[in-house]
Amino acid sequence: MAKVPVQFTLNGSEKAEFIDSGTTLLNALRDKIGDTSPKGGCHQGTCGACSVIIDGELRLSCLTLAETCNGAMITTTSGLAEGGVLHPLQRAFLDTFATQCGFCTPGMIMAAKVLLDHTPNPSREDVVEALSGNICRCTGYEPIIQAVLAAARANSQNAA
Amino acid sequence: MELRKNYFADVRKDGLHEIGQPRPRSDSPGHVTGKTAFFADRNFPGMLHLKMVRSPHHHARIRSIDTSEAEKHPGVVKVLTAKDVPHNLYTILILIQIGPEDETVLADGKVRWRGEAVVAVLAETERAAQEAAAKVKVDYEVLPAVFDMEEALKPGAPIVNEYHGQNYYLYDSGACRKVRFGDVEAGFAQADHVLEQSYQSSPIEHAPTETTGCVVAPEGNDRFTCHTNTQAMFFTLDNTSIILQMPGSKLHFVGGTVGGGFGGKVDVIVEPIAILGAKLTGRPVCFVYSREEEMQISSPRAAEKVVIKDGIMMDGRIVARKVTGYTDAGAYSRHSPYGAQKGAGHYPGPYTIPNVWIDTYCVYTNRTPSSAMRGFGVTIGDFALEVQMDKLARLIGMDPLEFRFINAYRDGDMKAHRQPTEGAALIECMQEASRAANWPVAEKYMAMSSYKNGA
Ligand code: FES
Ligand code: FES
Repeated sequence: MAKVPVQFTLNGSEKAEFIDSGTTLLNALRDKIGDTSPKGGCHQGTCGACSVIIDGELRLSCLTLAETCNGAMITTTSGLAEGGVLHPLQRAFLDTFATQCGFCTPGMIMAAKVLLDHTPNPSREDVVEALSGNICRCTGYEPIIQAVLAAARANSQNAA
Repeated sequence: MELRKNYFADVRKDGLHEIGQPRPRSDSPGHVTGKTAFFADRNFPGMLHLKMVRSPHHHARIRSIDTSEAEKHPGVVKVLTAKDVPHNLYTILILIQIGPEDETVLADGKVRWRGEAVVAVLAETERAAQEAAAKVKVDYEVLPAVFDMEEALKPGAPIVNEYHGQNYYLYDSGACRKVRFGDVEAGFAQADHVLEQSYQSSPIEHAPTETTGCVVAPEGNDRFTCHTNTQAMFFTLDNTSIILQMPGSKLHFVGGTVGGGFGGKVDVIVEPIAILGAKLTGRPVCFVYSREEEMQISSPRAAEKVVIKDGIMMDGRIVARKVTGYTDAGAYSRHSPYGAQKGAGHYPGPYTIPNVWIDTYCVYTNRTPSSAMRGFGVTIGDFALEVQMDKLARLIGMDPLEFRFINAYRDGDMKAHRQPTEGAALIECMQEASRAANWPVAEKYMAMSSYKNGA
């Protein structure tokens, strides 16, 4: 199978790999680069567990070909904590018991981050809308919604 | 959370340091940072991918299997059939002496449900395994199938599973699990009203976000490490040991991190064949269900049918209850004989009824084998029982909650299985529920207690 070169920035560090043409970004991140924080729940774009942020936009890494990511800035949940300090969203997911088995959590956090980056003071409806592409089977959506709203409040307090 | 300390004040212990105290979960820091390692987060160099060839028929005899084209497919390393499995016929609960063994790891001579595993293909890539699996030729002679429990129990119905000999599980009590207490016919004769209703449910899929699977790596000394998302570590280890005829000391299971299970990951399905693949190839093996397999192949909650007949008095007392329950096991037992048995224990409900008669059947059909799911065997029963309770209350024009107070079991009451009730708190729960739901009941019910010598 033809190998193609791909280069992008992942959580602030440069990555360069030769991959099989047609490899999804999800598989490239997990199997080649070793960032297993995006999870594969359906591999068909319906569960959101594989969500990552590419150039500021929320994307499903199972439906994104790695070779289309040349030069991109990619963020995954494993890159959110800075210097060992949890991101406010991570803190809020911990504090509000918004993570049970944890499988959907990285995808949920990515979706929530894109929302807060664009809409720092979201309404409950905004949060529901932003998370609507992410399926959770264990926790129940209410604690997750509460976590996102709590993180937004924490952010606006810090900003004030 | 508010704790009501007035209840059971004389037996309460309030000096507890853990129970009733909020504690952070030890695994959540890993979850929120994406560091928690699920089984699929292990990647070994040279790892093979396993794909199953599955039966397209509900019931068929296998005339022949031809794997020659699949074996030639580029990337294929090994193709496994029934004859490669050391102890191919198994049943999960054999570990607690519940037999007979009735399920094959890979189909041998016959398939009994659509989706049954027939041939396992191991290849360098997932895609090669998939393509090769499509090249396996199986010659089937399609047999008549039965999908309905009542049909399956009729004389002359096609026999689903020869290891049972008939389409129901044979308990030591006979064709069903039984509970007999008092004289149920005398109870109906004395009742002011008798109500018989039947209730039915469909199979329910657990749909965990992480699909079922495992990653196996051969270690030195012919030992195998299996990273798995099983919910039943020791069931899986011990059954694998039986199926592969390998001492447990050769098997090292790593798990406990489950991306959603709800009972759907207690069956022993992926690990034995993946370990066998690793043993026969000497390479790491990954066997993980696609989302489609998870929805179609993994065992759902059993479909159930429940027929409940109750006799009640105008004052609200239930004086007789007769229940016949049917659990659709699908083609194989897995955990269903146990589920049907739990139903027998459960159908009297949390109520004190002097005359009870219960039969529960575990029935085999050519449907996907059902198994554990969140309170299997009792959840559907509870739905049926409580709908029935509402209907009974309506029949005599009584408030449905007050009707339950009248029948609720209390300490010292004899249950239908001849276990005296101990430590009941149903009355107190209903009192709180009445307040929380703003559903007032008469003062005399609020003054009741689960202590028999209370009001
Ligand atoms: S794995 Fe990408 S959406 Fe489910
Ligand atoms: S916490 Fe299990 S899927 Fe969301």
